[in-house]
Parts: sequence; C-alpha cells; structure tokens
Amino acid sequence: MFNRDRWKEILEVLTSNWFRTVLTAFGVFWGIFILIVLLAAGKGLENGINADFGDIATNTMFMWTRRTTKPYQGLPKDRSFEFQREDVRAIRDNVPNLRFISPRNQLGGFSSGGNNVVRGLNSGAYNVYGDYPEIINQDPMTVTSGRFINYNDINEKRKIAIIGQGVKNDLYEKGEEVLGTYIKIQGVNFLVVGTYKKNSSDGGEEAQKEIFVPFTAFSQAFNRGEDVGWMAITAKDGSSISILKEKIINVMKKKHKVHPEDNRAIGYFDLYEQYNRVESLFSGIRWIAIIVGTFVLISGIIGVSNIMLIVVKERTKEIGIRRALGESPWSIKKQILMESIFLTIISGMTGIIFGALIIYGINALLESVGPVDMFLSPSVSVGVVASALTALVISGLLAGFIPANSAIRVRPIEALRNE
Amino acid sequence: MIEIKDLHKSYKMGSNSLHVLKGINFNVEEGELVAIMGSSGSGKSTLLNILGMLDGADSGEYYLDGVPIKDLSEKKAAQYRNKFLGFVFQSFNLINYKSALENVALPLYYQKVGRRERQDKALNYLDRVGLKEWATHLPSELSGGQKQRVAIARAMAAEPKVLLADEPTGALDSKTSYEVMDLIQKINDDGNTILVVTHEKDIAHMCKRIVHLRDGVIVEDTKIEQVRAQEYV
Repeated sequence: MFNRDRWKEILEVLTSNWFRTVLTAFGVFWGIFILIVLLAAGKGLENGINADFGDIATNTMFMWTRRTTKPYQGLPKDRSFEFQREDVRAIRDNVPNLRFISPRNQLGGFSSGGNNVVRGLNSGAYNVYGDYPEIINQDPMTVTSGRFINYNDINEKRKIAIIGQGVKNDLYEKGEEVLGTYIKIQGVNFLVVGTYKKNSSDGGEEAQKEIFVPFTAFSQAFNRGEDVGWMAITAKDGSSISILKEKIINVMKKKHKVHPEDNRAIGYFDLYEQYNRVESLFSGIRWIAIIVGTFVLISGIIGVSNIMLIVVKERTKEIGIRRALGESPWSIKKQILMESIFLTIISGMTGIIFGALIIYGINALLESVGPVDMFLSPSVSVGVVASALTALVISGLLAGFIPANSAIRVRPIEALRNE
Repeated sequence: MIEIKDLHKSYKMGSNSLHVLKGINFNVEEGELVAIMGSSGSGKSTLLNILGMLDGADSGEYYLDGVPIKDLSEKKAAQYRNKFLGFVFQSFNLINYKSALENVALPLYYQKVGRRERQDKALNYLDRVGLKEWATHLPSELSGGQKQRVAIARAMAAEPKVLLADEPTGALDSKTSYEVMDLIQKINDDGNTILVVTHEKDIAHMCKRIVHLRDGVIVEDTKIEQVRAQEYV
C-alpha cells in the first residue's frame, strides 16, 4: 500500500487529465463542504438560542392571574382575583417534585411607565420586584458586589434593594460607592445592599435595569397585603414541569373558585415546553444538514465512480498489457480502488479544510461585528470530522468497486485487442 | 520446452461457432527459433494467445517446461505469464505515460524485484538493445523500431523461458524489420527459445524452423537454414 511505485502511478493517472480530475473531485469536495457548513450553521443557531436562554432553569413555568371567563359557584364571570401567599404552601402540599416556588410582586414594567425610582437629582423607570431568595436560581444573575436577598430580609421585612448594573449607571456617578446608599422607590427608601449583572443576552439592556427587594418588604411598602402577582415554579430534575403544570393550575383553580374548564383565568408560560420545542427544532436542523450533505456527497461519489469507469475503459488496453506482463488481477483492482479512495479523500479533505476556513471566517466576522441575534460561534466537532473522513474512505471504496471489478472482468486477450 | 497435444479452440460468433484450431500437435525444444506462418484466419494468433496463456484452449494438452497449463485462475495465469513468458506485440504495446526504462522494469516490478535492482536490470536490457541513451524517453518520442526494441527488452527483462512475438515486424519497414530480427536472432543465439508469428516469408526464413498453419491445422513443419538478418542491415 505504501509503495512508491504505486503512488507514483496513482499520481500519473490522476494528473494525466487535470481538468477531469478537478471536476470529479469537485463533486466530493462540494458534498463535504456543504455538510460541514450546514452542520456548523445549525450548531451556531443552537449556540445562539442556548445563549439567549442563558442559565435560566429551563424546567420552569411562570404563572399569573387573569379574569375568569366562566361563572362558577355563584361567582360571576369577568371576576378578577389574585394569588395569595398561602397559595405557595397549597401548591407545595398538593404537588410533589417541585424544587422552587417563588412568588413575586412587581412595580413598573407592564403596569406603569413613569419614573418610579429617585436618588438625589437622578430618577428612572425600572422594574422593581418583590422576590424570595430562591429567585436567583430561576432567573440567574451574578451578584457583582454586596449580597442578594436572604431569609432574614424576608422575615424582618427589611427595606433593602439589589440593583442592576444599568440602574447603577443611571443613578450613580462613575466610581461612586453604591452599597449603603438609599434609593427612593415610589417614595419609600430602600437601602442598597448589592448590585448584580445578568449574563443572559435575553432582554439585553432591560435585564440590567431591575431592582430586587424582599417580597415581604415590597408587600408592606406598596400595600399588596397577601397578594401575589406572579409565580415562578421549577420542578426537580427528572420530572417535567410540563407534566406538573396541569396539577398546579388545578390546585389554584380549586382554591380560587375558578370553573375547572375555565382555561383562561390563569395565565402561564411553560419555559420547558418552549425549550424542548427549540431543542427538537435543532435536532431537526441537524438531521436536515446531515441528509442534505449526505445526498450531495452521494452525488459526488457517483461522479467519482463514473469517472473511474471511464478511466478504466480508456485504460483497457493498458490493463491488458499489464496482465500480459504478469500483473495479478488483484493488483489491478487495488490500483483502481486506491486511485478512487485517494481522489475521494483528497477532495474530501479539501472540502473539510475549506469548510473549516469558512467557519473560521464567520467566527472572526462575528467577533468583529459583535454578537448577532440567535447565532453564536458556529462549529463542528472533531467527531463529525472524523466520521466524515471515515465516510469518505468507505465511499471512495464503493466508488472504486464497480470500476475495479470491470477492469479485471475484461480478459487480457480482449483488452489487448482493444484499440 | 513446449509440448502441445491435440489442441482445439473455437470461438462463438453469435449463433454459429468458428472452429479455429482443429487439433494442433506441436513441440518446441529449448533454444529453438520457430516461425509460425499462415494467412490471416489460419489460427496462428489464436495459437500464440493460447501458448501465451492469454486465452484458454477448449481441449487438448499444453505443457510449458513440463508444467501443465490448464484451467488456470487469473492469478495463477498472471504468475505464469510473468515467470515463463515474454511478449512482443505488433503494435509494441508500451505504456505511453511511462518512460522506456519504466516500461522495461514493469515485469520486474510484478516479480517484486526491489527498486534499485529493477532499475539496474532494466537499464542493462535497454543497453543490450542499444537504447541506453533513450532510457528516460517516453514511447511517443521513439521511432517504431526503437519502440519494438524497448518492447523486446521488456519481454526479456523478466528472463522468461519462452519469448512470444506476434508479428513483431508487422508495423515496421523492411530495414527496421531486419534490425529487429537481428536482435531476435542474437537473443536466440544466447540460448533463448523464441516463437515468432509472421506472415512475411523473409522474416520466417530468418528463423530456424517454419511451421505452416492453414485452417487451424499444421500443414508443414520444416527445419530450415537460417538467414542471418545481419546481412541486410
């Protein structure tokens, strides 16, 4: 196999008709190239979406109240109601396998647009959340200084606040000490004990302009009583929130005297379902890439096989001479097979290299223009490249198989007669 | 060296079959230079192909140096051809993208002779046919006579027991033909067994024995006084 003369011959044969060789090689080159680029693009999309999800616990649902649409137990329709703090306990007691249940109340954002936070001469409009400490696991953020809410804050209804990077930039001078200062949220002073930064690109600027305060202090300060505006519920690993969702909502319906078939009284967003949907979209994209790439590759391989047949046909006489001189049929077969594999691998490698260069180029471009929505560092794994190479060797063999057999099927006497 | 008994061969041409060889009995001793003559269609080329194991006989016996040649697999046939036989064709049949030297070295390559030794031997044989200076030339850069001499060198390179020449001078003018015959005679003088298929009388008379074929049978088999080609060169 690693025989100098054989390789010399392979090169002689393949270089004797450059144009044809290059055209043939292009088929395989293109197939592999498409496969690599498609897979990388799929991966880039996947990375992009995953980055958009960030570290959010994906096994999570969000739930809020709306107006009832059906009368029930003597209560009219169009009735508005609020979740209560005790609902958390009710859910906990009735639905197993839940990891976190975080009630939340909110100022700003959806409810009103005006400036609600003042510090000295500066003011701004921010989302202010009354939260429990667990929220940091469901809506992850990095505490950059100070600390996050803890249970002492909850129990003692401390009026403290953790502010986002964006809030800090708005309300404070550059380099000014933030911790230990006070900000006025709708007229009530809160002590700033921490700052945070969210790394998810979800929401962008807005995500950095939030203020977190203890749930209890929020309720007291802004007269929410026992009301809960919103809940984030995360299931334990291994059980799906999409399945538990039904149960949770039924518990709430029962508790708040909502008609069991009133599907619009409680609003929810199932992050897990969305996530799964996106995940299955990705595996779909991956399969499309593989299928399209493979078919393009197959057509390339058929091209190689075709050309090898022609080469064999052209060399019929030469093969006859060689056999008259005593070359064994297997040696001739090996020669044709190796030419085919060599051509396939060389062109396939070129395809892989070009694909890699394109991916490299796109990455460099992405880096220079900054992050693009839903697209991040396209790449292919070494495993994909390795299996592509294996596929190339096998397909080279297959492509050479028919021509090689036809080369030795011709008897030397007939091959010699061939003009 | 060659022993043939009652050899038959027919070709199928559509529905009718053509009986080409109708019982050939024929012996060749070592060191003979035999001309096989006959008009076209007499079966001389078919006989040569069977002798050269390029084609199989329908019936009959064929011994080459005491080895029975019968029902050979392609692999075995290739081995025997390589070991026992050297071929010279009318149309030279050199491989056109290989230099003269590489062409001569080819049978040695199939014998798995090492690269260096192969080159030396091939060059030696090229020298013997007087083409040492042309070793690196491609066949397309050689004249007809030179090509045939390269082909003869190639046939001799494997040191075969029998040299089979199928109309070796068929594509050459008479002067070049005599040169080639001179070379063949010299090789024969060294003790090599050679069979030459030809339909040219003068070429046949440069051999030591003439076998006439007609319609698939040997009609005449005579030993003759050899005419040296040297006289005409």
